[in-house]
Formats: sequence, structure tokens, C-alpha cells
Amino acid sequence: MKCIIKAFGISREIVGGKFLEMELPEGYLIEEFKMELFRKYPAFIDLRSLYIAVNNEYAEERSVLREGDEIALIPPVSGG
Amino acid sequence: MIKITEKPIDIQKVINTASSLGAGAVNVFVGTVRNTAHGKNVLWLEYEAYESMAVSEIRKIIDEAANQWPLLGWGVSHRVGTLKPGEVSVVVAVSSPHRQQAFEACQFIIDTLKEKAPIFKKEIFEDGEEWVSARPTVSAYN
Repeated sequence: MKCIIKAFGISREIVGGKFLEMELPEGYLIEEFKMELFRKYPAFIDLRSLYIAVNNEYAEERSVLREGDEIALIPPVSGG
Repeated sequence: MIKITEKPIDIQKVINTASSLGAGAVNVFVGTVRNTAHGKNVLWLEYEAYESMAVSEIRKIIDEAANQWPLLGWGVSHRVGTLKPGEVSVVVAVSSPHRQQAFEACQFIIDTLKEKAPIFKKEIFEDGEEWVSARPTVSAYN
């Protein structure tokens, strides 16, 4: 399935844009997606953390990606 | 009221939103941009937010606070974009019957917002720039 992934903060700079287009297998786990991301963009490994948000919620490592999900890369937050 | 905005925050408006006739206290936290970080002068900060998720995370934090303290009203406004030292980046206001509840709830909301809301800031120095807290090697003054 084709996914458009939103990228914010330092993750936007790492992938080189606000959106990242990736072809992912249906039913992919979050942890598999992160491994793929680390392989493609090793700079993510240097971050203090990287969470994946699915449909505006922090996703668990073992949760599953579905067609049409809104996926976003959440590097360490620093609001306030 | 939960607001992510590029415009300067109207502090009084956030206070008015939080106020209630049944309240004996309105507690307000105002976060401002500091002019130094890591011993260097900060020229400005760049804030960005995943707005829809930030609003939904802040809503969850307020729901959690409302379960713990008797809140009568609340307002949270967070600025994004370019902010110079001295400018207001965030305002949290809560009201409750007594002051202790308002102090505690306000602190809980700002502390948890800083921990969970998908909002990001970059410090711009004279000699470079740094996404705050992004890398483990940089100390986490935020």
C-alpha cells in the first residue's frame, strides 16, 4: 500500500520534506516500519527517541498499519 | 479552548476562557522564550506542531487533570512559528474553587504538555542551530 507519511521537526529535515511517500506492505507492524525507516535514513538512529503516530495517537510497536491510516513521525518533543 | 496559533497569544483571553463565577482561583502559567541555552545566545526559536494531534493530546491531558482536580474552566494556547527571546510561547490557565487545586492542575498540564504534545522547537544561535532535546548528546534544557 502507498503511504504518505507526515514528518515534523528534525524528522522533516532528515527525510528532506514535510511528507514522505513509502510503499509498505499491508499489515506492517510499527516496529517493522521503524526498522525500514532506520535502514533508509540512518540519521534516525541518533535521535533520543522516535515515535510513530497513527491517526493522531501514539502507536504501540506491535500495532498494525492499515491502508488509509494517517501516519506521522514524532521525534523528541520540545513544546512549552 | 485549545489553540495552536501563529499569532501572538492574548493572555487575557486565555484567562477569560478559564474563568468561572464559582472559582476562587485562576492559575496561569506563561512560558516565555529564554535568551540563552547551553551558554550561548539564542537569536530566535522556530516552533512547529503536528496541530491535529497536539490538540487531541492536550485535550487528553486536560481530561486527565479534570479527573484529578475540580476544574471549573481551562484554556491552553501554544504559539508556533518564529519567536524571539521574551515572547510568550505558551499559556495555560485553569480555575477551581480553591487555589491549591488550580496550582496543581496548572503544573500538571504544562508538565505533561511538554512531555507528550507533538510540538517541536529549534534554537537558532549565532553559530548554528539545534532541535531541542532531539539528540542524546545535547543536554536537555527545555
